[in-house]
This record gives sequence, structure tokens and C-alpha cells, in this order.
Amino acid sequence: MLDHILSILIFFPALAAVFGFMIQKESMRTYGIAVALVEFVLSLVLWYAFDNSVSGMQFMENIPLIPAFGINYTLGVDGISLFIIILSAFFTFLGIASLTDTPKIKYMIITLLFLQMTMAGVFAALDAIVFYTFWELSLVPMLYIIGAWGGPLRIYASIKFFLYTFAGSLVMLVGMLFMAYFYYQAAGVWSFSILDWYRLVLPENFQLWLFVAFFIGFAIKVPMFPFHTWLPYAHGQAPTIGSVILAAILLKMGTYAFVRFSLPLFPDAAAYFMIPIAILAIIMVIYTAMVAYAQKDIKQVVAYSSISHMGIIILGTFALNVEGVSGSIFLMLGHGVVAGGLFMLVGVIYDRRHTKLMSEFGGLAHVMPRYATIFGIMMMASVGLPLTINFVGEFLSLLGFYQQSHILTLLAGTGIIVGAIYMLAAYKKAFFGEVTNEANKNLPDINKKELFGLIPLVIVAIWLGVYPKPVLGPINNSVTSIIKLMHAKATTELAKERIPDLTKPRVSLMKETIIEEVN
Amino acid sequence: MLAPVNIPFESLNVMTLTPMLIPIIGALLILVIDVVKGGLDKSLYVVLSLLFLVMDFFSLLNGAGLFSQNGTILGMFDVVLIDGLALLGQFIIVGASMLFIPLSLTHKRFHEFSYPEFFALFLFMIAGFQFMVATDNIILVFVGLETASLALYTLIAMHNRDKSFEAAIKYFTMGALAAGFFAFGAMILYALTGSVEINKIALVLASNGYSDIGYVLIGVAFMLAAFAFKLSLIPFHTWAPDVYEGASAAMAGYMSIVPKIAGFVVAMRFFEFLIHSHIVWLEVVLYAFVVITMTASNMWALVQTDVKRMLAYSSISHAGFVMAAVLIGTTQANSALFLYWILFSFTNLGSFSMLWISRQKHLLDGQSSDHSYDKFAGMIKTSPVAALIMGLFMLSLAGVPPFALFWGKLYMISSAVTSGYTVLALIMALNSAIAGYYYLKLIVYMFMKEPVVGVNGELYVANATLALRTIIGIAAVATIFAFVAINPLLEFITAFVYKSGY
Repeated sequence: MLDHILSILIFFPALAAVFGFMIQKESMRTYGIAVALVEFVLSLVLWYAFDNSVSGMQFMENIPLIPAFGINYTLGVDGISLFIIILSAFFTFLGIASLTDTPKIKYMIITLLFLQMTMAGVFAALDAIVFYTFWELSLVPMLYIIGAWGGPLRIYASIKFFLYTFAGSLVMLVGMLFMAYFYYQAAGVWSFSILDWYRLVLPENFQLWLFVAFFIGFAIKVPMFPFHTWLPYAHGQAPTIGSVILAAILLKMGTYAFVRFSLPLFPDAAAYFMIPIAILAIIMVIYTAMVAYAQKDIKQVVAYSSISHMGIIILGTFALNVEGVSGSIFLMLGHGVVAGGLFMLVGVIYDRRHTKLMSEFGGLAHVMPRYATIFGIMMMASVGLPLTINFVGEFLSLLGFYQQSHILTLLAGTGIIVGAIYMLAAYKKAFFGEVTNEANKNLPDINKKELFGLIPLVIVAIWLGVYPKPVLGPINNSVTSIIKLMHAKATTELAKERIPDLTKPRVSLMKETIIEEVN
Repeated sequence: MLAPVNIPFESLNVMTLTPMLIPIIGALLILVIDVVKGGLDKSLYVVLSLLFLVMDFFSLLNGAGLFSQNGTILGMFDVVLIDGLALLGQFIIVGASMLFIPLSLTHKRFHEFSYPEFFALFLFMIAGFQFMVATDNIILVFVGLETASLALYTLIAMHNRDKSFEAAIKYFTMGALAAGFFAFGAMILYALTGSVEINKIALVLASNGYSDIGYVLIGVAFMLAAFAFKLSLIPFHTWAPDVYEGASAAMAGYMSIVPKIAGFVVAMRFFEFLIHSHIVWLEVVLYAFVVITMTASNMWALVQTDVKRMLAYSSISHAGFVMAAVLIGTTQANSALFLYWILFSFTNLGSFSMLWISRQKHLLDGQSSDHSYDKFAGMIKTSPVAALIMGLFMLSLAGVPPFALFWGKLYMISSAVTSGYTVLALIMALNSAIAGYYYLKLIVYMFMKEPVVGVNGELYVANATLALRTIIGIAAVATIFAFVAINPLLEFITAFVYKSGY
């Protein structure tokens, strides 16, 4: 079974979703929870069976799909993708379990299960076309979730979401076709296998163009400044579950793809574009943090802060060294847990009051102490308090980039401080002070169902903040091999300088010193 | 007195004619049956047509077997040519016709199907298209084209509504103009080279080094205009949306596939040698045709309020997309054309059939046209399966993987990339993104809006019978599971195109 565990992880939820049409409406929730639990357990089995000492791909599967054109159904996981797959299964499970009263809940659960298929597929795919297939397919369930269960502007938001990402990924598709063609020129056969592409050394100017093509696709997904405008709409209109999955997993597709494609395929271009991208990332960090500060809607605060943190992830990725890249991958997980958790928390209050405006709240800590506590912990994790999950990732990302540029890292650091300011300000407005609004006086505190969704997130946020090693170890392992590959493939001086040479030992012995007595 | 010409019967190679003769015999048989005993039900004629089409298909398979063994076959004074292009073109023509003809078994009665002549004309038309693709001779192309077109005009008019007459007349006038252009172009090329066979024209022109380039260009310009009419390339597309709107949905779907593949095959034969002799003018003009057709029709499709008109413009856009293959002119591009069109047949015929089964006799209050977007609002609530299938076809048309048309787009864009048309590849990709919007619009209406008051689920499947459901089922399955069939299809097509020297 372990030979095909990735295929099972991908297609089990899809199959379950198809069968879900037969389930009676009242039983659907239980069915959804059961399926998502099985999926989550399967992902844990994957982790259990995963060999931490191996840095390359594991559980590889390969079925020829269109051999005449070099398209194969190739799957595999390494330390980078493993945890994101687990995270996606985790969130699908928590999301379905904590699903509050939703109209047409049956369709919602079916859609979520399809979404889980595409998410697992994106992170397990090792063939560019398979990757692209799941990448595009993931838009469809999300489109439906936003468009059918969203707020008043839901149709506008869902179309904007779809078209932005669709347009970006088509440019990326052209880039992929170029890669396959270059591989064809070098090897004489077509191949869309990412592992084959890793072996391809391209001249610098090709790399630059291809990097840009891929960058457009990924940057829109992340979303990086200035392509971020779809995200606030999507978050603003999406139902809670939509925002949770979007922030926790779907956005990670973009940053994951940077690590999987952009860095190892185009090391020279990555080094060349390092500073411009870092500047974009820093603009993203600071600008969106400021925008977040100006928001009146608490969900928008969380949405913008989520974009802001994605900036740190990008910065870490483009540090191009082991600390930075590992840190950024760890931050992806941390951001997933924290942003997902925060959106769930916003959903809790929205269910009670049907408003998300901060001015409507105040003094919630008196009425809903448990809610305030959990919100507080998550918020602290979000601003990167030490011993929480985000601290580890942010610290490593910034540490990595510090080796490339001190000034830029310092600027990014200020962004984090702004982050702390607006998060604390928002928290103060909503939770402290007197209860001014009559409607808030008798709000029920968080209930069991909601606790069930939130407590695991709190546990993970603190556990991985205190002891990140079980996760960071395999990530580090795989990242090290990617950096080695990048250094080996780099052709320009700039890239050789910016991407550290890990094969060279840092500590060495001189043959002899002047001080030694010469015989 | 002239000496009698002695031609051995074997040298005629009559076998090359069998694929065309089968539908002609079928058409004649239908006419004879009508004369002998009139007033029979349409189902008889449908099944008869289907039978003859199946026979036709088998004779093509036979031809394909011979071709893959012996290469190109000539027959009938070397006028009929059976090569890979001809076979692939005929496969698509006959295959799409087989999918189309059962669509006439609707639940409601429609005027045109009560006439046996409809089916006879239909089979004559298929024979015409088959002649068109299976020859190198411009005159025979012309004859085939006119046979098919005249039959098609009548088929459209038989739908018997005001708009259908308008459509038929419009199509007829435009078609006549195109025929004029075609004849003129052929005349100039004959005057220049003394031949009406495309390969001889190519040889003569190449041997004198295109010395009369000015006249060649005039001839080519006329031919280009004629093809542009037939393939509805902008600015010669003006007839298309109106004709699609006037024709029944099933017929519109059919028109978006079969006449165009015939046109593409001839265009491929005709323009390929010119492209390969690097006539810059032609390259520029074709490039402009491709880009403008794709982009402008996409823009028009965005603003349509009727789904059928939207699909009409989208079909124009797809034709422009595929025309890129003729411009690129490599084996990969030409194979991509056939691959694309096979996949497109299933998806597009499927989506037009979905409109066809929802065709009403009378419009509801407040409904502006047969298939306005509003009519489909909230379809997921009233008729979920139909909505899902329609959504599937829309996603496929938009090029969302892994559905059928994605693979066509992928291979087509790849062929542009491979031959160095980088900008074109990007334009093609971005056009797919624009197109995404209007396909999405229908999905939004179906899945995210509230149903119009007074519309119940029955409306969407009012016309459905087992036959129609089967066709739609076939189209849906083919759309979803296309990825399984791509590899064998691609190998088959590439081998055939390569062996024919394109």
C-alpha cells in the first residue's frame, strides 16, 4: 500500500466526494469528517513511513500518460512537500469538523473533498503538467466556495480570483512548454518531469525569461505585490472555511512552487533577481502591514497581515541559502496554522454577530474569556512571539537573508514590528475595555465544535514553536540538497557568490603555518 | 474523328472513391424510399443515415490501413488523393456527423426533421466535404465545397423560423462571394502555372523562383479571402454569429466543426507550400488573421447576452487559434490542429447539444432570446446533473486541465513554442485567459445565481430523449477521460501527418 500512498492520498478524497452525492443530507457532516479523518491519518502514515535521513524524493510513482509528448503521472514527496501535504489534510479535517451551520452543507463538503484532492496533487506532483493540472483544478472548487457561499460581492470576488490566477498560470504554462522544448533539444526526447528538468543547465538569458514566465504564475498565486489585489476581495467575500483553506494551503502553492521550480531550475536567474524580488517582498511586508493597520474590518486585518507574512516567506526563499529556504518553508507551515486559525476565530465571532467591523466589538474579553485567550495566543503566534511557530520561521528566514543584505533584512524587520502594532491594536479594540455595544453583552463563549477546530491549532502552534526539530530536520535535509544542486548548476559569478557552496567544508586545516618550525 | 481513349479500369482505382460514394448511395436510397412510401417517421431516416455513416467510417478505416502500408494513394485520373490529411479530415467529418445525426431524435417535433430530404441533403453534404479534403485539385475542392455549402444552406433554412431564413440567405450570399473569390484565385494561379493541382502549382512556382510574385500574391489574396469566409476569420466572419443564431443549436454546433475542418485541410494543403517558401507577406497577413480573429472574437463573446451567440463567437475564436497551425506549418503544428479539432468536436458538439435539449418552442415571459444567460440562472438547483455537464463543457472549452481541450491547447501552444513563435504562444495563452471569462460567466449563472421564477428543471431537458442523452454522455465522457486517449491519438495523427509530408 505504501507504494501507492500518494495516489491514495490524492484520489481517496475525490472518490469519497463522488460517493458523497449518494449520502443523505443529515449524515453528510459525519461522512465528511470520517473521510477527512482517514485522509489525515493517511498523511500521518506517510510521515511515519517517511525516511528522515533521505534528502531526495520518496514514495515515487510513475505511470506513463502521454509518453509521446513526455508527460508522465509522476509523484513523490521530499521533506519540503511532506509537511504541506499533512497540513492540507489537517486543515481539510479541521475545516469540515468545525463547519458551522452552512446552507447546502452537502455540496460544501463534496467541494472541500475535491479541493483536498487538488491540494494533495499539487504538492505531490513531480511532473509539470500533472502539477499544472492540479494547480488549475484547485481554482474550480474555490471558485464555487467563494461564489456560492460568499458575501454580497461574492460573484465579483470569485471571478476576480479565478481570472487572475488563471491568466498567470497560462503564462507559466508557456514557460513550462519552453522548458520541455529545451529539454527536448538537450536530450532528444520530450519530458515534463521536474526531476529531469533539474538536470538541465540553461544559459543565463534563457533562465531570465523563463524565470519571469514562471514568476508571473507563482507571484499571482502567492500573491506578491503588485498582484495582490484579488486576495482582499477573495478573503472579504469568502465564507470562513474558504478563507481558512485559501490562506492556509492555496497560497502556499505559490511559495512552494518557487522552491520546487524557480530556485533549482533557474539558479542564475534566481540570484540575478534576488534583490528586486526582495524589494518587492519588503514592499509587500511593509505596505500591506500599513494597509492592515487602516482596516476597520477584522477579517481584512487578518487578510492583509496574511499577505504581509507571505512577504517574509518570499524573502526567506530568495535568501538562496539553507537557513533562509528552510525557514521560509517552516514559515509556510507556521503561517498556514496561524492564519488559518485566525480566520477560524474571525469566523466564530462572525457567526455570532454577523459583522466583522471592529467598531462593533470591544470588551469581548469579559464576555468570551476562552475565545479571547485563544485569539490572544494565535495573535501572539502571528506577530512572531518567541516559542511560537512563526518565530522559528521568521527568524530563520530573516537570518538567511541577513547573509545577503543587512539593510533589506532590517527593513523587513521593521515590517514585523508594524505587524505587531496593528495586531495588538486590533486586539485591544476588540477585546479590551468596557463592553460598549449592547449586542455583545450576552454572546455565548466558544462552543465545543469550535474548540475542537481551534485547540489542535493552538497545540501545533506552540509545540512546533518550542520544539521544531521533527519538522525542521527533514526540511533542512531536502533544502540542503536543493542548495547544493543550485550551486552546482550556477554558471554566473553572481550566482556562485550568492548561493553558498555547501560541499566545501567551512572549517579546514592549513598545511603549515609560519610559526611552525621548518625542518 | 478522335481515337477512342482507352483507359484500363484498374488504373482508375475506384476504391479511392468508396468513402464518398457511400453517403451518396445512402442519400439516394433515402430519396427512393421516400418516393416509394412517403410519410415515414424520422427515426427510420436517422438510423439509415447513421448506418451509412458507420459504413463510411469503416471504409475510411480500410483506407487508413492501406495508407499506413503503402503511403499516399491516387485514383480517378490522379484527382482523388488519399493521404493522411485526407483521412484524418474525413475521420473528423464522418465522426462528428455520426454524433450529430442522432440529435434530430428530439422529444419535441421540429419542422426540418419531418422531411426525408433533410437527411438526403445531409448525406450529400458529407460527401461534398469528403471530396473537398480528399483531393489536391482546386477544381474538385471547389465542386466539393459548393455541393456541401448548397446542401448546408438548405439545411439551415429548413429550421423554418424567420431567423433561419435570414441566416440561410446571409450564409448563401456570403458563401457565393467566397466562391467567387475562390474561383478568381484559382483562375489566377492557373494562368500563372497552367495547373489546378496544388502540388504542381507549388512545383512550377518554385522552379521559376516566384518570378511573378505580384500575381501570385493577388491569387493568394483571393484564396485567402475565400478561406477566411469559410473559416469565419475576422474580418470575414460577419455571417457567423447570425447564422449560428438562426440555425438550430445542434446544427450550429455541427457547423462550428465539420465545414471548418474541411476548410482547414484545404488551407493546410494550399498555404503550407507558400509558408515554406517564406513569402513574408503571407506570413504577416496570416499572423494578423490569427491574432485578430482570436482576440477580437473573444472580446465580442464577452459582451454577448445569449449563450448561443457567445458560443458562436467562441467557435470563431477557436478557429483563429487553430489557424495558427497553418501559419506555423510544422508537423507538430499540423498534428496539433487535428488533435485540437477532434477534442473540440466532442466538447463543442456537447455544449451545443446541451443548448439543443433545452430548446423551447415558445419563449418565457421576459426571456429575450432562446438561450439567454438568465435562462440558465440557478440551474444547479433545478437540474443539477445538466448543470454539472454544462459546467464541464465550459471548463473544457476554457482549457482547464485535465479536460479534453486543454491537451489540444497544450500541444498547439507547444508547437508555437517549438517553432520560435514565442509572442504568438503568449498571445494564444492570454487569449485562453480572456476566454475563461465568458465561459465562467455561464458557470456563474448556473451555479451561483438564484433561479428565475417560473423556471423548473424540466426546461433544461425538455427536448431530451435517450438518443440525445447518449450523445451528451459520450461527449462528456470523452471530455473527462480525454487524457487516456491523447497518447494513441497523438501517435496516430503525427504518423499520418508526417507520412503525408506536412
